[in-house]
Amino acid sequence: MEVLFFLSSGLFLGWSLGANDAANVFGTAVGTRMVRFRTAALICSIFLVLGATISGAGAAHTLGSLGSVNAIAGSFMVALSAAATVYWMTRLRLPVSTSQAVVGAIIGWNLYSHSITDSRALLKILGTWVLCPVLAGIVAIVLFLTIRMLLRRFQLHLLRMDFLTRAGLLVVGAFGSYSLGANNIANVMGVFVPVSPFHDINLFGIVTFSGIQQLFLLGALAIAVGVFTYSHKVMATVGTGLFKMSPVAALVVVLSQSIILFIFASEGLEGFLASHGLPTIPLVPVSSSQAVVGAVIGVSLIKSRGRGVRYRVLGEISIGWVTTPLIALVISFISLFFLNNVFDQEVSKKTEHKISQKVIIKLSEEGITDENLESFNDKIYENPITLDNDLKFETKLDPPARRKTIKMAEIVNYYIDPAQVKMHLDPEWFDQDQISAVAALSGKKFEYQWEFVEELAKLAITWQLKEETTANKLFNKDLKNKQKHLDRLFRVVE
Amino acid sequence: MPFFKTTKVIETQIDEFLDTVSQGGLVFKQGVKYYLEDITADFEERISTIGSLESKADDLSRNVEAQLYTQSLIPEHRGDVLRLLESNDNIIDISKHALNQFAIEQPAIPKEMNADFINLAEASAEATEAAVLATRAFMRNITAVNDHLHKVDYYEKEVDKLSFRMKKHIFSLDIDLALKIHLSSFVRLVELVSDTAQVVAQRLAISTIKRNI
Repeated sequence: MEVLFFLSSGLFLGWSLGANDAANVFGTAVGTRMVRFRTAALICSIFLVLGATISGAGAAHTLGSLGSVNAIAGSFMVALSAAATVYWMTRLRLPVSTSQAVVGAIIGWNLYSHSITDSRALLKILGTWVLCPVLAGIVAIVLFLTIRMLLRRFQLHLLRMDFLTRAGLLVVGAFGSYSLGANNIANVMGVFVPVSPFHDINLFGIVTFSGIQQLFLLGALAIAVGVFTYSHKVMATVGTGLFKMSPVAALVVVLSQSIILFIFASEGLEGFLASHGLPTIPLVPVSSSQAVVGAVIGVSLIKSRGRGVRYRVLGEISIGWVTTPLIALVISFISLFFLNNVFDQEVSKKTEHKISQKVIIKLSEEGITDENLESFNDKIYENPITLDNDLKFETKLDPPARRKTIKMAEIVNYYIDPAQVKMHLDPEWFDQDQISAVAALSGKKFEYQWEFVEELAKLAITWQLKEETTANKLFNKDLKNKQKHLDRLFRVVE
Repeated sequence: MPFFKTTKVIETQIDEFLDTVSQGGLVFKQGVKYYLEDITADFEERISTIGSLESKADDLSRNVEAQLYTQSLIPEHRGDVLRLLESNDNIIDISKHALNQFAIEQPAIPKEMNADFINLAEASAEATEAAVLATRAFMRNITAVNDHLHKVDYYEKEVDKLSFRMKKHIFSLDIDLALKIHLSSFVRLVELVSDTAQVVAQRLAISTIKRNI
């Protein structure tokens, strides 16, 4: 029952996501009256659900950004804060980035739980506000000019052009909805995977509908309800509020957004290029809401030299982007305080850090040495920020070395429970060697995570991280996700 | 693909509608000529032909209108297209009305004015043809619209000049005033066809600006 209660905030976040993000996919199509709202909502919902349950569950092991929150009540409040912020922005009819709201709320949790915030996450958000709209605008301009040239050359009948534009809007919208579901479901439901009340269902002995898929289906349905019940307002802002667009311009906008997401955010594309020995395109942080707005502005620059743009709406949207993570942060921080102190719920688990002799040796193997590290010997820190401050003052380590030291010094107290090994290592995700290696360590205890990882790497080659090259990036990322999964399975909670 | 089929059906219907209006212009021209040359049987046949063409055009434009609305097609240009079809339909309506008035009122046109009347009807029919071509271009080749619009303008001005001269001539004739007014009203009737083509052209000029992607 408690789990279902905590799940409710994930569902609220899903609903908010649907109410806001569907506008990125179908806003311009509905705004230009090329697709009826009901048709758009129906297609969006169907493909969202498919994306979330088919592709989303495959990537579910990543848990999304919320995975860093280590107590279920904390996750509940972080999701709730992000959802409330997105809901508020949706009421104001502003397209915002749900994942930025989530990151903002997590930073609120970090501040409350005295965890260290990765400054790269902040830079990433700041980067998207500028980089993403600019890139999308450029792509939209190129695409718009190309399509205009082609239309002039091929002289399509008005009705045929209408048909092709409509078909294009529907197809791109369906793909967009599919990837919206696949990419965002982990943010909405990922954190609840370990506490999922669902069990695998075998349908007629043919297909297995896994517990994760059921959980994700529930999340996807919440997103779909959001699309149907509340997305109309943000669609109006994206579709007509910012700039009055023609149907072809609407298609250019959604195409540009998809291209931007595909080229600059697709690890799949990067992996494909790398595996074929082709040069890769650097991945940059992009957000669909910001891409859509950038593309609309790009089109308006070409169509009317920016004269038709409603700059007041653009200003409101930009303020919405800046305030979204900030509001989520504040709501999250305050509500965590209440949940913790008034309702007496554990919102974060304590993490302890100890720079023992073996940590110092391991660090020196990794090339991190400092004569003053010895002075930390066996001192237990209950707060990583205090440890970071002490390291800052007493050693000459640079920030990346300090981050690594703190990570290595974290006490995890793993107990490799044989029952968990049997139950929770999905053979479709872990290969046989990996499972055997974990099984071989059954019954053992580890104080630090790196000790466990080292043991595993000795037992199976597939547990060894590969050299940091673009081609190996996906493999290493997957391996790290597997390590995180084991961390959740074997960490002993007092 | 039923949706694509609907699109093709409407495309064909619009083309057929424009063909009908264009034929209406030719029939009108011939009708006036046969009346002036006193070839009654052919004149009567043209009257019946233009009647059926007019009702065919009505049916087609009604059909297109209904389908554009029910299928929510071309939302951005629906209003423009429907107004254009309506204006084109007005051309054939007026052409039919003019021929019918010839049949009903049987104006006694002096022989020396026959050539002027034929020229007037021909120029009006040319304006109709150019308006139809411009409408067709609006549907499938937007850059060519202006090539036809200036022709509509040209023929309409020709009709204006001709009609002015004809009216002046009519009122200088030594005939009864009632007859003068009667003849003048027929010049006006034929002139009205090109004026209606001009309305189509004016609508097209605005719609073309709007139809930049």
